[in-house]
Amino acid sequence: MLHYIGRRLLQLIPVLLGMTFIVFMIIRAIPGDPAQVILGQQASEEAIKALRTNLGLDNPWYIQYFDYLKGLVTGDLGESLRTRTPVVDEVWPYLAATIELSLFAIIIAVVIGINAGIISAWFQNSWFDYLAMIIALIGVSMPIFWLGLMNQWIFSIELGILPTTGRENVRDPVDVITGFYVLDTLMAGDFNQLSTVLKHLVLPGTALATIPMAIIARMTRSSMLEVMRSDFVRTARSKGLSMFWVVYKHALKNAIIPVLTIIGLQMGLLLGGAILTETIFGWPGIGRYIYEAIGFRDYPVIQSGILIVAFIFVMINLIVDLLYGLVDPRIKYD
Amino acid sequence: MGKKKFLTWSLLLLLLVSTALFGCSSDNGSEEGGSEGGSTEEKTLIFGRGGDSVSLDPIAVTDGESFKVTKNIFDTLVNFGEQDTEIEPGLASEWTPSEDGLTYTFKLQEGVKFHDGTDFNAEAVVKNFERWAAGDGEKFPYYGSMFGGYGDDEGHVIESVEATGDYEVVFTLKRPQAPFLKNLAMSPFAIASPTAVEEAGDSFGDNPVGTGPFKFVEWKRNDTITIEKFDDYWVEGEPKLDQVVFRAIPDNSARLNALLSGEIDLADGITPSDAGTIEGDDNLQLFERPSMNVGYLGMTVTREPFDDPKVRQAVNHAIDKQAIVDAFFEGRAEVAKNPIPPVISGYNDSVEDYEYSPEKAKELLAEAGLADGFDMELYAMPVPRPYMPDGQKVAEAIQKNLADVGINAEIVSFEWATYLEKAANGEADAFLLGWTGDNGDADNFLYALLDQDNVGTNNYTYYENQELHDVLIKAQSEVDEDARNELYMQAQEIIHDDAPWVPLAHSTPLLAGGKNVMNFKAHPTGSDKLASVDLE
Repeated sequence: MLHYIGRRLLQLIPVLLGMTFIVFMIIRAIPGDPAQVILGQQASEEAIKALRTNLGLDNPWYIQYFDYLKGLVTGDLGESLRTRTPVVDEVWPYLAATIELSLFAIIIAVVIGINAGIISAWFQNSWFDYLAMIIALIGVSMPIFWLGLMNQWIFSIELGILPTTGRENVRDPVDVITGFYVLDTLMAGDFNQLSTVLKHLVLPGTALATIPMAIIARMTRSSMLEVMRSDFVRTARSKGLSMFWVVYKHALKNAIIPVLTIIGLQMGLLLGGAILTETIFGWPGIGRYIYEAIGFRDYPVIQSGILIVAFIFVMINLIVDLLYGLVDPRIKYD
Repeated sequence: MGKKKFLTWSLLLLLLVSTALFGCSSDNGSEEGGSEGGSTEEKTLIFGRGGDSVSLDPIAVTDGESFKVTKNIFDTLVNFGEQDTEIEPGLASEWTPSEDGLTYTFKLQEGVKFHDGTDFNAEAVVKNFERWAAGDGEKFPYYGSMFGGYGDDEGHVIESVEATGDYEVVFTLKRPQAPFLKNLAMSPFAIASPTAVEEAGDSFGDNPVGTGPFKFVEWKRNDTITIEKFDDYWVEGEPKLDQVVFRAIPDNSARLNALLSGEIDLADGITPSDAGTIEGDDNLQLFERPSMNVGYLGMTVTREPFDDPKVRQAVNHAIDKQAIVDAFFEGRAEVAKNPIPPVISGYNDSVEDYEYSPEKAKELLAEAGLADGFDMELYAMPVPRPYMPDGQKVAEAIQKNLADVGINAEIVSFEWATYLEKAANGEADAFLLGWTGDNGDADNFLYALLDQDNVGTNNYTYYENQELHDVLIKAQSEVDEDARNELYMQAQEIIHDDAPWVPLAHSTPLLAGGKNVMNFKAHPTGSDKLASVDLE
């Protein structure tokens, strides 16, 4: 097992290296001069030239690339061209905000998605089954920005029960310790604030969860249907075991593997959906951080941001692979 | 083992979700209800805007979002008027220019304190200017562009800044600079605490210390910046608010939603099409920012057939500006005939605009030997700007106008940074663009945008005219206001005849706020001082 993890981690190196190279080349291929963007329309030509030299943008691309790699090895992600702050120092709050939101979203998606899938499969061709699958279909095809604005309208303006945007009530801000506000408010023991923070998570969280939830529900349903036709489930049912017992003790663990794969992939995709969600819900996360950096041609931020996201994506896949073994002991790693 | 763990996890997740749902149902109402949220009676104003600041050291940045905050943390030597760009006393209570326009003697306010408790005095002013002059274009971009360079640079206008008393400062200039006072009133040239600058070093932008009405509290990047009342503020009775929070909400519709739900008190960047919604809501009010901008269609004069003034005049005649303003600015803009808006002194109202007349356009095209028209590319702005709410639609309207006179325009668009670069390289036949003034001076429009010195940077049209250049340079050092305005009037005539642009509109940017926001006056520069704003 350890051997397996070690090998997977080693495989990461070429993947991430390739990643840095592709991202590096692509963002330099698009026109637009960072120096010009930073200094604005008002800047003089000399100022732009001086800044280019200063930022090392005059060097040939391979020197810039190797400088970047050299920095990476020592844990230096470079300095934001725009704010002049090392990326390492400023990235955490954004990352924490996105992780918190994504975790919340994936929890909603997994809990509701799997259960909806199970019930649909158990009561196949019932009204619940049809309804759930229709909702799932709509969920997959719904544009996030539309859904987000509609939810804001219904739950914040009309009903007044949920906040529209942001992570906290800015009139009563959270004292940041870890950057995960749910954790921070728990640590401070302030349940009033915890409730506020959770409320802020609901709208962006559900908007972000909609698509994965729908996909997970459909996957669970088809996987469960297959398992439930197998002999051991029939045996369990004929023994008179309750539905709950049959499903959660016998059927689910056999049906879960493909669902796990889908969950892993969806978690990676969440980070992509995060850009839109974060923009609409004013969520100060890494999606927006990268998106805004693109507008400013802030190369180090774009590179590092994408690298971090790629790293998380690969790690999630690793964890999912390891979970297979936990859920189904027949799967061996070597 | 495995299944048990799995079950435990599922249970945990379920618990978490139910906590979340519990959170939604427990309605403690602190979220809504405007200003009096929370248990304290503090007056907190929440200002929703499109983006975050880059740095809170005003001299280090050029972006408007940064100035919106620093304007309230720092003071400048002289101020702009409440809603115009007339010069009024600030940290300097009075000033006397010498007759030749080469020295300015400033008397400073006494008893003013920085937020860190140190005294504001002549020495502090000197130190600020020394710091800036010792910098470069990368560190302090605005200083060089407004005062002609740094240190010993040939163009550097400021010869010296000397303290001639505890509260008296003398500026000596190498040559007269007409917009000198207006420059000093600009947000970047705010006076910072020298002690704090020294202590903070490179991190001053995260720990700003000025003499302004509010002091800096906290910055959560891309989210909120909080500033609070400075009790020792030197202006009697100000500020009225206890706290101001600037919140970044990038999406315009989401920002409006946040205003409607009472989470923010003021919202910047209201789209003209939403103005009706706000005016129809009894709980809201609409604020108009006096216009200090211009949106235009530029023609690259080095490219055929736009090298012929007749063609450019024909395009001017072909475009129905009034229709564009009515349709895409919702009427909240004034049709432009000059490159500067009418609020700026030196505006030439006697310039007669090219009337909308497809016939005249066709005649001019025929005279230019292009009776059959021609093909061209028209660049459409990919981002909304106050001076151009929807570049794509404006471009389509122009395309239709041009088709009527036989010009076949193909609309192209690029991502914003690319767009600017391609336009600056002269790659566009014609392009939509605009400008918001920095200091309310005609020079900041005419010289910056249309002089030959700025070809390839802000003069995207590559338009060069020696006569115009002479007039503009002369105006830069003309200290007599009337004589100077005369020169700018002349400049506008020249530009009008050569027609490198089709000036389209001077728009009125919109803000909205709750009915309880009192005394808010939107400033034409785009950064608003909130010292006298109050909440009911």
